[in-house]
Amino acid sequence: MLSIDRSIIDAIIAHARRDHPDEACGVVAGPLGSDTPVRHIPMDNAARSMTFYEFDSMEHLRVWREMDDRDEEPVVIYHSHTATEAYPSRTDVSFAGEPNAHYLLVSTREPATEEIRSFRIVDGVVTEEPVQIVEPTVDPHAVQSYMFGQSPTTVDYECSPGR
Amino acid sequence: MAIEVRIPTILRTYTGGAKTVEGAGDTLAALLSDLDSRHGGLRGRLVTEQGGLHRFVNIYVNDEDVRFLGSLDAKLNDGDNVTILPAVAGGAFGFAAAAAMLGRSTAPVR
Repeated sequence: MLSIDRSIIDAIIAHARRDHPDEACGVVAGPLGSDTPVRHIPMDNAARSMTFYEFDSMEHLRVWREMDDRDEEPVVIYHSHTATEAYPSRTDVSFAGEPNAHYLLVSTREPATEEIRSFRIVDGVVTEEPVQIVEPTVDPHAVQSYMFGQSPTTVDYECSPGR
Repeated sequence: MAIEVRIPTILRTYTGGAKTVEGAGDTLAALLSDLDSRHGGLRGRLVTEQGGLHRFVNIYVNDEDVRFLGSLDAKLNDGDNVTILPAVAGGAFGFAAAAAMLGRSTAPVR
């Protein structure tokens, strides 16, 4: 499962919408071994394409070194699909080179719908995982009602069926 | 002195889990051959059967991408730092089409 703050998800979706119809890409770094995404780093898509993304090689080096210096690792690697579903393409699977990362996909095909899914990609095998979005702390005394699968501080997105 | 090489997570199976290894060589090609003698199979993940660098791996000497330094012919000196990073790439485009468009090897680094 990927557990991630609402503010980071909002920033990723905003990045993806901003770059639409080109694909957007980036990283969320977190402390080594914590599996907790903390620091959002939007990256340039060097391919500037609607159907392909690639980190700029010099920015990639700079950001990876910076994470190393701060004892961080890439907890989440994200990119957007701008006309298709948020599911890893064969290209995504072939080039997935960080076995410890959560591969987060955002689809911007529907302007009003938030479509995010998360995957592990190890040795060419894709495994979808649930995403738990942690909402900012709310007043526990406020009277509210919650839908099934939600609590005051989290929203759980189950994996989509049929895969 | 030797050349320090930083190994990405995905290739640490070849280095017994080591994050950095040391090697020697006056060019990148010589360094990779030297590393392969102790970490068998590593070179094959970086160099294609045709003898070029895999397109989807980035290798840096100090702060420079080796593609701008002559790729495998890049000159090395004792004390240089070499960093290997698997390129982060993908997208909705078909894999074969992407590889063809970009003139890349279809053999990815895994």
